Amino acid sequence: MENRSLVTIAEHSKEKILYLLEMAKQFENNPNRKILDGKVVATLFFEPSTRTRLSFETAVNRLGGRVIGFSDASTTSSSKGETLKDTIMMVSNYADLIIMRHHLEGAARYASEVAPIPIINAGDGANQHPSQTMLDLYSIQKTQGTLENLNIFLVGDLKYGRTVHSLLMAMRHFNPTFHFIAPDELKMPEEYKIYCNENNIKYVEHTDFTEDIIADADILYMTRVQRERFTDLMEYERVKNVYILRNKMLEKTRPNLRILHPLPRVNEIAYDVDDNEKAYYFQQARNGLFARQAIICDVLGITLDDIKE
Amino acid sequence: MSEIRQALQVAALKNGTVIDHIPTNKLFTVVSLLGLEQMDSKITIGYNLNSNKLGKKGIIKIADKFFDDEEVNRISVVAPHVKLNIIRNYEVVEKKEVNMPDELKGIVKCANPKCITNNEPMPTLFKMVNKENGVFKCHYCEKELKKEDIVLLQRRTL
Repeated sequence: MENRSLVTIAEHSKEKILYLLEMAKQFENNPNRKILDGKVVATLFFEPSTRTRLSFETAVNRLGGRVIGFSDASTTSSSKGETLKDTIMMVSNYADLIIMRHHLEGAARYASEVAPIPIINAGDGANQHPSQTMLDLYSIQKTQGTLENLNIFLVGDLKYGRTVHSLLMAMRHFNPTFHFIAPDELKMPEEYKIYCNENNIKYVEHTDFTEDIIADADILYMTRVQRERFTDLMEYERVKNVYILRNKMLEKTRPNLRILHPLPRVNEIAYDVDDNEKAYYFQQARNGLFARQAIICDVLGITLDDIKE
Repeated sequence: MSEIRQALQVAALKNGTVIDHIPTNKLFTVVSLLGLEQMDSKITIGYNLNSNKLGKKGIIKIADKFFDDEEVNRISVVAPHVKLNIIRNYEVVEKKEVNMPDELKGIVKCANPKCITNNEPMPTLFKMVNKENGVFKCHYCEKELKKEDIVLLQRRTL
């Protein structure tokens, strides 16, 4: 059986990405279909994540499929010591597809190798979260009209931010110019800068976060600067208010600028930004539904032609 | 006279493989890596022998056993400069060196405690990403591993 699982977006070709985005667009036009009628999808969340799980479950429900699963490994036989492989094999008897989130890196990759049904990675430790990247790409494409030649500003925790790393890698096909804005302790790791060099991705680094610096941005992708990530707490105290976006800072920005955030937002985007038309983070979350519908269908072998109305 | 005696310390092979120039401190690791304890072949192991190149070296002679590249390249992880002599009918018919393999299956431990391979009964898998600097990447958690940091798994799982 050809493995249609989605473990990481890093190996997807440009054509594949654009194809999935096209499918997502079809679903935005009409997210309520019967294409998954008769299918059972298992959402196995060994590690809780309400937002991602609800998004995936809604995606299945609105396509006419049924959902089984669990949202926390402590209530399952994993707590009795059952191996991941055994759990996957057991659930494969019941479902047509498994969507899984696990705290260990590589769990989804391993599951995709042992399971007789497809696996969608909904997050494996600090490693990959491909559906988030898909919805980020969809949001960028939708608001900018294209993915090509954009100025994308990544702000906040660029060291541990799984979503920014994944977005960086997916955007390599589209000739972006990245601006990295982060405190020294959380700056973009060397391996990703090497990745940029190897893939001809232009980037500029900043430590300041001011309205002048962001004036040329097409996309402003905010992430949270977490206290727990700092080894030097005095450094944290120094920077904790620097990487906060306030409405005033948006005065000189381009009209097409959109502000993205993978959520949950704590204090890195001030509440006065929410009413600005450039704030896009809630619509971004909604796009997650369509992106995930596209992913689910593709993984089950349903094509763009099958779903075109 | 003493030269001849030294040479006779290790018996000649009719057919088989000689692994020579093993750094002496890596000898037993190489024995374990190749799974020699489980073989039925006649094996001669030399330890702390004199070597012009290395000072001290180890040597392994395995009768009637020929290794394929995959088995032999595993050795490069602990001893990259060993030399193999393939013997047929008392003659050296082929000399081989070991090369860094493109994949390491089931022999190296992942340094990431949060990798699935350290928490589930399964073999590890590393792929070579930088031949020049000897850098591998875990196929599962995608973290990189430099050749200097390689730790062998205690028991081979293949």
